[in-house]
Amino acid sequence: MTAPSTNTAKPATGILALLKTAFINALVALVLFSLMVGIRTEAGSSGQLTYWTRFGELASLVAIVFGGSIVIELLRQWIGPTGAEKLVPPALQSGMSLIGRYLTPALLIFTLLVPVIFYDQRYILDLAILVLTYVMLGWGLNVVVGLAGLLDLGYVAFYAVGAYSYGLLATNFGWSFWICLPLAGILAAFWGVLLGFPVLRLRGDYLAIVTLAFGEIIRLVIINWQELTGGPNGVSGIPRPTFFGIPLDNSDEGFAARLGIEYSPTHRIVFLFYLILALALLTNWVTIRLRRLPIGRAWEALREDEVACRALGINTTTTKLTAFATGAMFGGFAGAFFATRQGFISPESFTFQESALVLAIVVLGGMGSQLGVALAALAMIGGFELFRGLETYRMLVFGMAMVLIMIWRPRGLIGHRAPTVFLTKAQAISSDLVKEGHG
Amino acid sequence: MNGDKILTVDRLTMRFGGIVAVQDLSFDAERKKITALIGPNGAGKTTVFNCITGFYKPSAGAIRLAHDDGRVIALERLNDFRIAKQAKVARTFQNIRLFPGMTALENLMVAQHNALMRASGFTLLGLVGAPGYRDAEKRAIDLATDWLRRVNLLDRADDAAGNFAYGDQRRLEIARAMCTEPALLCLDEPAAGLNARESAALSELLLSIRNELGTSILLIEHDMSVVMEISDHIVVMDHGVKIAEGTPREVRDDPKVIAAYLGADEEEAVAVMESGT
Repeated sequence: MTAPSTNTAKPATGILALLKTAFINALVALVLFSLMVGIRTEAGSSGQLTYWTRFGELASLVAIVFGGSIVIELLRQWIGPTGAEKLVPPALQSGMSLIGRYLTPALLIFTLLVPVIFYDQRYILDLAILVLTYVMLGWGLNVVVGLAGLLDLGYVAFYAVGAYSYGLLATNFGWSFWICLPLAGILAAFWGVLLGFPVLRLRGDYLAIVTLAFGEIIRLVIINWQELTGGPNGVSGIPRPTFFGIPLDNSDEGFAARLGIEYSPTHRIVFLFYLILALALLTNWVTIRLRRLPIGRAWEALREDEVACRALGINTTTTKLTAFATGAMFGGFAGAFFATRQGFISPESFTFQESALVLAIVVLGGMGSQLGVALAALAMIGGFELFRGLETYRMLVFGMAMVLIMIWRPRGLIGHRAPTVFLTKAQAISSDLVKEGHG
Repeated sequence: MNGDKILTVDRLTMRFGGIVAVQDLSFDAERKKITALIGPNGAGKTTVFNCITGFYKPSAGAIRLAHDDGRVIALERLNDFRIAKQAKVARTFQNIRLFPGMTALENLMVAQHNALMRASGFTLLGLVGAPGYRDAEKRAIDLATDWLRRVNLLDRADDAAGNFAYGDQRRLEIARAMCTEPALLCLDEPAAGLNARESAALSELLLSIRNELGTSILLIEHDMSVVMEISDHIVVMDHGVKIAEGTPREVRDDPKVIAAYLGADEEEAVAVMESGT
């Protein structure tokens, strides 16, 4: 498993090795399934133990494992990163690089046109808004996990802080969305720093566990602090966003009436779409700028080697805190948007599953890559909807797809790092060299 | 030993539980000179280094750094990154610690973090693209380019540091330390793993740092040809205490040094005795 490249170089010995691996896998499957599937036990009518054998099913399972491991190993060698250079013809390679160059602008233009193309399809517009929300969350978490290399399993806490900040400020004081949006970001950043302080000494697994706990604590506080947050009932009646003060409804003061066009509920959806697009692009722009500033370089250096950072006089404490705060701030913005879109928030929206999903998007996208995160969000959220027709098998297919992607591209969809500064020519750096951080 | 001292180590003691790694060690390093710290394996050299550069907190003793402008800094009271930031002491590591996923140029830019942070208005000015920051960044790139030229790695500026050969990584790490514009440069076995030609180039680089820039250097080294050739002053340690110090010639002829090396490693003893003859 450690050196599959030798297999591709010598296919003759590869086949033997392949069969050997498949045989071993099948043997393990046989041992495992012989008790789980091969023998079935049940309590009989008078309480005695009855059992019967199911060797047919057992044999077919073992055969599936045998065949499957051959297929997966073959796919690994053909499509996987190790053999990719040798097997991809040059024409295809130049085509790929052409696609790579125009993918970002093409995606951006397409995204801008989505409300125009799919104006009548409410479902697609809603889905696009959802995808963009996760793109923004992914980009926000990317600062913490991808750049600074700090594994954060409680990112949803900042999303919740942002959502509740807007929800409570708007319902209690009647403040507008545009005042609450920066406040939500600031409050989330504040909580980011609060979380950052105690966990600064922790690394790796320990950091992940504490951030996970932090996410749960925020959720439990929201559930139990009933006077403020309404507990499990949530906050309802959160005001919808206005077009800079002009409501998007069918009143006489509304957006449609002022423009003299016929009112349609889609106006609000389109507005929400562009709002989240603007927020996501802001996140992206700020992250790209930050990467080229000393603070961004310090984040990446921290991910590469913390001891060396200290020897160069970099204050690792504040550097980590700023990463936490920046990531949390974007999470807070996204949370405020979520609250205004839904009009109702409850603790159920901020479970660990959300953190895991956003983290999966960052890891799948390729840590530190902006385009990769966007593509991964599209694949994760959009792809999940695509498999809706499969009903109960949806999770199975989806999990399988994730496993396959991780086998082929263990460092994510976009597996290389672009340098932040160059003298003559910017060369992409192979992900083999880039560290993942120790937390 | 009556010159202008940049570093004064006074009765430094470092204990790890019951083990005394360094005991009552006192020595000085002169300004604009190269001071070497040598001794058999396990003598406590790296422990001394880690105390000076803030990675360990000494159990007892004082470490004073006197800057050109007359400021005297008590290094044992500073910790961690402040030694590099405020006291301007830079170091390299025995096992090279570059940022392997970043380019050579990026490595040298990270070294100028504190100066660039100030110039970028702690990120706010830099975020809006203020011209002051752009100039500062240009100067930082110029300094980095200059150092890449000095260590002969200019043509590889945009390559990932992790792809460099061992000797190149060693030189890049020294360049990175120098980009922090240190008053005292501490090198932990800079010649380890280098071949004879690379060692000679290293000696030349270190001499040029001393002669042209006037940076004081403190180094730990096992390669006696390098130590004897470039050092102005040598401190010999064994079992956590100082057993001798002086010029290369004095140290080479010192029977206690020879005994320490003979007791530790025959080859090294021979190297000490034969070097320079």
